[in-house]
Amino acid sequence: MGFSLYLKKRLGNFLLDVSWEMDNELLVLFGPSGAGKSLTLQMIAGLIEPDEGFIYSGKRILFDRAKSIHIPPQQRSLGYVFQDRVAFPHMTVRENIAYGLRNGRKADREHKVNEMINLFHLEMIARKYPSEISGGQKQRVTLARALIGRPDALLLDEPFSALDTVLRTGMRALLRYIRQHFNTPIILVTHDIQEAYSMADKVVVYSSGRISQIGTPSEIFQDSSNLDADLHNLPPLTAPAPELVFP
Amino acid sequence: MDSTILFSLRLSLQVAFVATLAVIVVGVYVAYLLARKDFRGKEFVDILFTLPLVLPPTVTGYYLIILFGRNGFLGRYIYDLTGWSIMFTWYAAALASFVVALPLMVKTSRAAFESVDKSLIEASFTLGHTELKTALKVIIPIAKRGIIAGAILSFARALGEFGATLMVAGNIPGKTSTMPLTIYSLANSGEWSRANILVIFFTCMSGVFLYVANKLSKRLA
Repeated sequence: MGFSLYLKKRLGNFLLDVSWEMDNELLVLFGPSGAGKSLTLQMIAGLIEPDEGFIYSGKRILFDRAKSIHIPPQQRSLGYVFQDRVAFPHMTVRENIAYGLRNGRKADREHKVNEMINLFHLEMIARKYPSEISGGQKQRVTLARALIGRPDALLLDEPFSALDTVLRTGMRALLRYIRQHFNTPIILVTHDIQEAYSMADKVVVYSSGRISQIGTPSEIFQDSSNLDADLHNLPPLTAPAPELVFP
Repeated sequence: MDSTILFSLRLSLQVAFVATLAVIVVGVYVAYLLARKDFRGKEFVDILFTLPLVLPPTVTGYYLIILFGRNGFLGRYIYDLTGWSIMFTWYAAALASFVVALPLMVKTSRAAFESVDKSLIEASFTLGHTELKTALKVIIPIAKRGIIAGAILSFARALGEFGATLMVAGNIPGKTSTMPLTIYSLANSGEWSRANILVIFFTCMSGVFLYVANKLSKRLA
């Protein structure tokens, strides 16, 4: 259970042309802003249609231009967490999470919602509205909402970029826990080198719409000669991970 | 208050209420399409639903006669089928109010729909919800204030409709004489004190409506 895909999409002067595959693991799409990472995620989710290519989730075809298949986002069964913490402002935390369930008996739904609320430690804020809770809490709510329907995979688009360093560390631990608990493939988009290094089973490095490297975190980040020129332009690390060797 | 004034008041409220209900249903739907969908002729639909805002009400009324008059494009068939014509009934007054008030609803709701964060809509889609459910559970609730503001403006406009109503419903005392038409008749016959009551009442009511609509629009922003 994982993904294999080939995507081609032209947007103005920008051309995305990538191909990679993953198993049931945590894959990081890494690279500078504007490299096409988020676009890739939106295509996997079905929000944007590629010009050419295919997307397989396990053996299931989500998109295949050659076979004229384009499954709409509603039917892809993928949990998607957006960059800017989009909790529904008119619903309480509890209602937000419940909205991730499409159907089922009321008692079952209640049970599942309670389970997620406990799992993500949201008991104290379950009745609050998104405007009344913190950024980290909001992101936990959107994670719970994305996971409650037991999606085939979790797509995370820079989910922690707006959080401070301490919170981010906590969220990474939470993500590792999610990976274990739900045993679901996770695709994490980030331009934070520390996040990529510490979280990934596999890293795909994007550069201007193309893939410059694929490998394990140590293969990619510990050999400075492999580093793509774009990576050198990244902002310096604030608190490097102990194992991390970076020129 | 005498019976003429009371009748016109009651009729105006009835006409405006029915027109506003229709305006909400049609207006929200059209506004949603204009805000969320791309289709051929979108520009044309936009202009068509804005025209009554800028056309003289008599011109709007004229079109309604051409469409719904006993020999009109649609009215002819209605008359052949039922032996009934909408002309010079209170339904015609409601129809005129509906057409004239609709642009206000479409404009206001469309702006409200367009201001709904696209990511919220996409989030709903990725959670497996259809366009209809997303519209009912996410888009409309978030755009609610704008829709209510549009409905209030439409109601106020429907209540004050004069020109198109005169064209299609006439000014028949005890039948189609709405408040604005009654004020016109009273002023014409020099009955100033009776007209004053209606004028003051009308001004206060419209002021309140605008105040509420403004409040809602501000909270929307």
